[in-house]
Amino acid sequence: MKTQKPIVSIRGLRKSFGDHVVLHGIDFDVQPSQVVVVIGPSGSGKSTFLRCCNGLEQADSGRVEICGHTLTDAGQMLGDQALNHLREDVGMVFQSFNLFPHLSVINNITVGPRKVRGVSRQQAEAEAMALLDKVGLLQKAHAMPGSLSGGQKQRVAIARALAMQPQVMLFDEPTSALDPELVGEVLQVMKLLAGEGMTMMVVTHEMDFAREVGDVVVVMDGGAVIEAGPPDIIFTNPTQARTRDFLRAVLTRA
Amino acid sequence: MTVEITAVALVLGCIMGLLVGIGRLNPKKRVIYALCTGYVAAIRGTPLLVQLFLLFFGLPQFDILLPAFVCGVIGLGIYSGAYVSEIVRGAIQSIDKGQMEAARSVGMSYGAAMRNIILPQALVRMIPPLGNEFIALIKNSALVSLLTIHDLMHEGQKIISISYRSLEVYLAIAVMYFVLTGLTTLALRRIELRLRAGGMVQ
Repeated sequence: MKTQKPIVSIRGLRKSFGDHVVLHGIDFDVQPSQVVVVIGPSGSGKSTFLRCCNGLEQADSGRVEICGHTLTDAGQMLGDQALNHLREDVGMVFQSFNLFPHLSVINNITVGPRKVRGVSRQQAEAEAMALLDKVGLLQKAHAMPGSLSGGQKQRVAIARALAMQPQVMLFDEPTSALDPELVGEVLQVMKLLAGEGMTMMVVTHEMDFAREVGDVVVVMDGGAVIEAGPPDIIFTNPTQARTRDFLRAVLTRA
Repeated sequence: MTVEITAVALVLGCIMGLLVGIGRLNPKKRVIYALCTGYVAAIRGTPLLVQLFLLFFGLPQFDILLPAFVCGVIGLGIYSGAYVSEIVRGAIQSIDKGQMEAARSVGMSYGAAMRNIILPQALVRMIPPLGNEFIALIKNSALVSLLTIHDLMHEGQKIISISYRSLEVYLAIAVMYFVLTGLTTLALRRIELRLRAGGMVQ
């Protein structure tokens, strides 16, 4: 194993909503170009964990370093401006897509580069077309989001995040709101990204994706990481009883 | 005069309403929130006529003598602004939380996200209730006749004082207000339809 400087470094991350403790001290590193897949039962804190990585949730304590920024340290979050800069480096894809419904597909993608990085409309649109080509939606550039299928929406959302040229992409259950037949097209795009060497953290219930694309699979339960390792070990020979229970539950469903 | 005073008051009301509505979004910004909430409570809790009289007859005691027109515009504008602010706040809060999160996630500041993402969507939702508010404002403007402003109502009363034909004149005034409010309703309906056709609303 190469020893590189991790691109994401998390130490002792804790978070609670009121009395309810969601994350009990998480320690975790992500190396550049790694695909980390986070799995676990619902309510285990996976999404909150991911949202702490781009400041959508503020951690109560612990330290999160990402792309060379110290996002949070001992409950102190980065200032607003620095936080905006960090988010340019960290792309986020949501379960519910959250496309901007009043903007056409191409404007959904260009609004970030134009308003945040000050890229010219012409250049932003050229880059956006290249990204749409990559996610296979070139012909939908001037459609409104309302007329797209869920799978198409999510692919546009991925292109929108990529337009900021992030170093890390976070995926929060990107296929959970999709009809089963549309899941594949989104996973296909994610595989493509992984193949290009994008650093990715993916919260998902797609075990096949985890097995096939993941470099590291992280199993969370009750707000803690109970096991982490390469997929062939996690899926065939997990050391923890809770991992076995969870995997049996999801895998026998199919 | 009714049209001018209402139009200027409308613009003032919308600006006040937008600022105050945004000011009331976040109770954690205590000072701004308290100021805006105080304004809305005070204006909504007292009669418009009393507010107008305070401006017109009350302020001169501090040697502030405003022309009747200015009093009318300020009075109506501030009054309307309180109601508009609630419309603005409601519309903004009705936009899905994920929109702000998505906008912030591509690196936009709160202000940029508000301007580019949230407000354009909220604006479409504001139009129907704003229409109600505009119509109320047109009708409320009749009160400024009591500040010696020569609006529709004031002129009508002058005619009555000469002709003694109360019923006919007041009916004529009612028809004129009806035409004004009717035109406003139509105009707003058109705007709404156009925005819908443009795909601003799903």
